Amino acid sequence: MSPVQYSDVIRERFRNPRFRGRLPAATASFEDVNPLCGDRIAIDCRLEGGRLVEARHHGDCCAICGASADILVEIGLGRTTDELRGLQPADLLERLEADIRPTRLKCVTLPLSVLHGALAGKEIAR
Amino acid sequence: MTLGESCRSDFPILARAVNGRPLVYLDSGASSQKPRAVLEAMQRYYERSHANVHRSIHTLGEEATEQYEAARDAVRGFVAARHRQEIVFTRGTTDGINIVAATIGRTLRPGDEVIVSEMEHHSNLVPWQMACRDRGATLRAIPLKEGAYLDMDAYARLLGPRTRLVAVAHISNVLGTINPVADIVQRAKAAGALVLLDGAQAAPHLRLDLAALGCDFYVFSGHKMLGPTGIGVLYGRRETLETLEPGVGGSEMIKEVWLDHAQWNDLPWRFEPGTPPIAEAVGLHAAVDYLEKLGMDRVGAHERDLTRRCLDALTAIPDVTVYGPRNPEIKGAVVAFNVAGLHPHDGAALLDQAGVAVRAGHHCAQPLARALGITGTLRASFSVYNTAADVERLAEAVAGLRDQL
Repeated sequence: MSPVQYSDVIRERFRNPRFRGRLPAATASFEDVNPLCGDRIAIDCRLEGGRLVEARHHGDCCAICGASADILVEIGLGRTTDELRGLQPADLLERLEADIRPTRLKCVTLPLSVLHGALAGKEIAR
Repeated sequence: MTLGESCRSDFPILARAVNGRPLVYLDSGASSQKPRAVLEAMQRYYERSHANVHRSIHTLGEEATEQYEAARDAVRGFVAARHRQEIVFTRGTTDGINIVAATIGRTLRPGDEVIVSEMEHHSNLVPWQMACRDRGATLRAIPLKEGAYLDMDAYARLLGPRTRLVAVAHISNVLGTINPVADIVQRAKAAGALVLLDGAQAAPHLRLDLAALGCDFYVFSGHKMLGPTGIGVLYGRRETLETLEPGVGGSEMIKEVWLDHAQWNDLPWRFEPGTPPIAEAVGLHAAVDYLEKLGMDRVGAHERDLTRRCLDALTAIPDVTVYGPRNPEIKGAVVAFNVAGLHPHDGAALLDQAGVAVRAGHHCAQPLARALGITGTLRASFSVYNTAADVERLAEAVAGLRDQL
């Protein structure tokens, strides 16, 4: 069967996100907005010895964006900052197992650019 | 046979399927579909008469000019303006507002005030932010009342001797609220302020009488009223337009040019620099003829009926919240709603899988979404070709949304 946009992975992560929430002990955080829809997602990270040891995501976003953030945190944990910087949209798309339409690609990539923003120590714009 | 049923076959695109289901197009508030008459008029123009307008001294140029100027006359009649000089062709509503903002903006002084509202589309907000910022003027906003209406008492308090211009929507593109524009104009005039009305959502649905309304500017787009993209109308009251410098320079808008200065052309060409959207004007003319033939009163009644059906059907579904007035008599052909726990974009994507096209998001009205405490909504909007069956397909699909995620 050809993949659908709302794959089982996305539906499952929407219903039962594993890394949704806030991290009071975060050492790096960043939040950004998808200009297409106004969605907002933030990622809180705790880095120790150059590795991501804990992370949570929170915000107001669609199922695809939320699932992408959840997967991102999952595959990011334990990685070095260099490895995290090397993560690509393809790494997320592979895990989402979904037929993401071009108009929704930004929903997948926003958490990645937010994570990269956190690693770069970007300031959150208001 | 209802209006929708009788004119559906005039719109070729409605015959197509989307995701294996017959298309239900409920996004006319963003852009309407086009009847065959519009498509054929533009095709015919390009195949037989195309040339540049106004200064081409040959047969094609004369024909193109004649057709372009005939479109102006048709639009004048459609909006009941007194003079053809009051109809300026633009690229769309956004362009029209920017032309006025650039023109008026140049005359703003520090301390002057421009009044907008909390329910404005970004197109009727950002150009005024820019104009005010550049001139040290102050932008003020009429707040919402009961999440659906303009607070007219607050409006009265905002108006004052410093108010230079009031810019508000005739119909909200999210809430559908038909604003009390006659009252808004009257009060602004009493305060000595100019008025611009954003008619993007109103021109396709209401019979307009701009001469009677008395606003200084009224802007709308062709593509939301069965016409092509790339053309809009800026109506400007002649007495007001005559006092204004053009905002944008170029050819066509001049009478005579020297190296260091130029003399402006007469109205309306003074505000139409460069080669205008000629084929689009021809298409808009055909759209206006089509709407006039149906009759705008009949169009309005048909769309109110669909809005009423949509409100009834959606409010009967558990977990659905509907925004804006519940009375179709004071609402345009737009119904914004949310399904609890479901992001509007997910809702729209799932509805699309059922062949139902709706809009989702903040609808370019983020301050309004913020005032309502939401990030966005789903939005169904109607045009002449929609039917009660379309509303039923929507309601059926919305009722099943929660189970799909």
